[in-house]
Amino acid sequence: MKQKKIKFSGDLLTFILVAAVYAVVAYLLYGGSLTRQFSNMIIPISVYIVLAVSLNLVVGLLGELSLGHAGFMSVGLFSGCLLSIALVDVLPMAVRLPLSMVVGGLVAALFGLAVGLPALRLKGDYLAIVTLACGEIIKNIITNLDFTGGALGLNTNPIYSNAKKLLPYAVILVLLTVLVMMNLKRSKQGRAIMAIRDNRIAAESVGIDVTRYKLTVFMLAAFFAGAAGVLYGHFFANVKAATFDYNMSIEILVIVVLGGMGSIPGSIIAAIVLTALPEAMREFADYRMLLYAIVLIIVMLATNNPTMKEFFHRISPAELLRRAKKKKAKSLQKEGA
Amino acid sequence: MTHFIQTLISGLSLGSIYALIALGYTMVYGIAKMLNFAHGDIIMIGAYAGIIAVAQMGLPPLIAVLLSILICALLGVLIEFLAYKPLRQAPPLSVLITAIGVSYFLQNLALILFGSQQKAYPTIVQLGQVTLGSVTIDGITILTLLVTALIMVVLSFFINRTRMGKAMRAVSEDKAAAALMGISVNRTISITFAIGSALAAVASIFYGMSYIYIKPTTGAMPGIKAFTAAVFGGIGSVPGAMLGGILLGLIEQLSKTYISTLWADAIVFGVLVLVLVVKPTGLLGKTMNEKV
Amino acid sequence: MSVKTHNKTKLVPVNRSVALLPERDASVSPILECIDLGVTFGGLKAVDNFDITIGRTEIAGLIGPNGAGKTTIFNLLTKVYQPTHGTILLDGKDIHGMTTAQVNRAGIARTFQNIRLFSELTVEENITVAMSSQIKYNMASGIFRLPSYWKGERIAHERAMELLSIFHMEQFANAKAGSLPYGAQRRLEILRALATNPCLLLLDEPAAGMNPSETAELMENIRTIRDTFKIAVLLIEHDMSLVMNICEGIAVLSFGRIIAKGSPEDIQSDPKVIEAYLGRKKEA
Repeated sequence: MKQKKIKFSGDLLTFILVAAVYAVVAYLLYGGSLTRQFSNMIIPISVYIVLAVSLNLVVGLLGELSLGHAGFMSVGLFSGCLLSIALVDVLPMAVRLPLSMVVGGLVAALFGLAVGLPALRLKGDYLAIVTLACGEIIKNIITNLDFTGGALGLNTNPIYSNAKKLLPYAVILVLLTVLVMMNLKRSKQGRAIMAIRDNRIAAESVGIDVTRYKLTVFMLAAFFAGAAGVLYGHFFANVKAATFDYNMSIEILVIVVLGGMGSIPGSIIAAIVLTALPEAMREFADYRMLLYAIVLIIVMLATNNPTMKEFFHRISPAELLRRAKKKKAKSLQKEGA
Repeated sequence: MTHFIQTLISGLSLGSIYALIALGYTMVYGIAKMLNFAHGDIIMIGAYAGIIAVAQMGLPPLIAVLLSILICALLGVLIEFLAYKPLRQAPPLSVLITAIGVSYFLQNLALILFGSQQKAYPTIVQLGQVTLGSVTIDGITILTLLVTALIMVVLSFFINRTRMGKAMRAVSEDKAAAALMGISVNRTISITFAIGSALAAVASIFYGMSYIYIKPTTGAMPGIKAFTAAVFGGIGSVPGAMLGGILLGLIEQLSKTYISTLWADAIVFGVLVLVLVVKPTGLLGKTMNEKV
Repeated sequence: MSVKTHNKTKLVPVNRSVALLPERDASVSPILECIDLGVTFGGLKAVDNFDITIGRTEIAGLIGPNGAGKTTIFNLLTKVYQPTHGTILLDGKDIHGMTTAQVNRAGIARTFQNIRLFSELTVEENITVAMSSQIKYNMASGIFRLPSYWKGERIAHERAMELLSIFHMEQFANAKAGSLPYGAQRRLEILRALATNPCLLLLDEPAAGMNPSETAELMENIRTIRDTFKIAVLLIEHDMSLVMNICEGIAVLSFGRIIAKGSPEDIQSDPKVIEAYLGRKKEA
């Protein structure tokens, strides 16, 4: 009889770590020992974590590129925040905010379905362009509508809340997103999605309904982006649709690529670093985007080109450590002899 | 009626610019099988090259035009060499992300070098207006149409009749087989990038003269729209790119005039989605079956 | 896990190629019938007038020169390509209008000439992913780890290990499929196909790249699989010793058409087959 070992997966560890970090942050925040600058970063960082982890569902698990993630966020944000504004005198925040997050997420998921439907026929470059176009259409529509505040933006002052009030909701949303992504990977649905990524034709040949799973992924990713958008909207006094454009989608993509496609801890760390970094070094603001672009290219070259792969492997910390150990073992051997 | 004809003509002019850009997309996509996301940004670089050559260096317009074409062609080859060539064997997703990175790089480099303030494109040629009855046509519009038509004819001849053109078609069909026939795949792809980028430079000249103001993000939207045009016409097809470009230009101009300027982008992107979804093989393209 | 049953249907088969049916299958309705199947690519008839009948536990072979359209037939049977004309009856039911995935769930599983594994998934996952339609739990149960998730996963794991044991591959369960040696990848593809619980297994050049002793082992394995799972096997193969050894019925394809059909003995002595393979002798 083989002994069954309880395996602690890296993802479970991530989940626990994230929860622990939030506990510390909450302790500091409510204890009043956080600077204003720092506490102002908590909500945006949480939002970007959710955006990155959910986009990773599309890019890392399904293997398709979505360039319209900010568009889904925007749809969720505006529908959820409009609801929240309408209910501001009726419901307490503890009910109103989760409700509007769910509604915003669902509306975004509906848009995900609408964008995903063409995805039935398309893949690769064409799908990426379609998502980009849909993101821009969403931006265009919201900017031209009256009830969304138009080009001036939506006045979210009535529902504005500070980091202290929003933190619990942010924690729940982040943990839920991580949980979904983590457990999905190890379920039959997650396996089917990854199978589509690895080989679509083979996936179909073992009875996997590619269309259905593609749609599911698009809707799920859009849901979380939308819910994150609602949270984001509550943190500001005014939101403009123009903010959530193609550039923002690319920023989220940079986080996913930098963190490693398919990796949850990678996405989280990259989201923290890339959101906190611009705050920390404002004087280099102009160079930030340039740096992103270079990082994007180098990561791609380093992970795909055999020569570069070899080079980066050789200078990776793990490899250096291994070699140092080997050297030490050798010298010990010599001493012994 | 006059108004309508006027709209059609400006649509044709815009469409010709799209067509020039689309030609670059279609050639690169046909031969290197990749969406060169940075193609639109090469137009922007070409436009800045023109501005600097004329306004700052005081070069004569013709020299400035040639310089801008040369710079873009070299830039195209350089980008291919540095960013795309190492990824020949990589999965398409990685190549696409790299191309997005390059596009982003060019935009932000231009932002640092030239600032976010828009700059005016110099007048390269003084052209009058032609009046036909009640319709007035700008000289630049006529020139754009003529040059685009000429380029299409020359390009078709080049691809169908010359050795290099044959090599391109061979590489586009089957890289491995072309290599076995003694065709240098790398050189062919480099030349394709050079031609495509040179066409982008030509597009930048007409874009600059028609729309005057240039900023670092100038190339992005025309780039994406021109890609739609290339798909619309059928990717890999030279006449297709031409047809797609003109049709898209007409659609955009007509919706700007008769529907709303505010909604024009949404309409063009709507057309884009529709084309990709309904007819991904385009009007003049051929279907490609995945080999199992 | 529910086991699919393939009910006998009352449909009386048209009298086609009875020579292909082994005796033990003759009394029951065939598992697969292709009637006048054909496909045209750009005016070219890649497959035409393809008639075949395969018995429920038959091992049948499809041979022919390169480019004869053998893999195209597999692609037609699995709906990767849509037939231009003709009918495919699986267990008496027309599979017209089904997608590739639906055809698989109806009972046809296949392997590929150029291996198509899920290379980033583990060996075990490659097999369990093929059981997707048999594992019964929904997405919410998977995400929140409800009891149905644990039950489904346990059964899937056990079944995967059972399947892996056929080829003695249990020790590779947690290795990435892409890291397996070539021969093991071919075997894993067969197991993955079996995991979908098929009634007809299509093998596209299963012995490609194998040495004679591996081929001999594979032959034994194919027979074992047929006997254990009581399924029909249709295989494309260039290795004539394998084909002649294990196939009970053989169809020879040339330029998209069947030129001969029958038992291995019949095929070996058929002048048309010899001509297709070696070319017509020119009269001097």
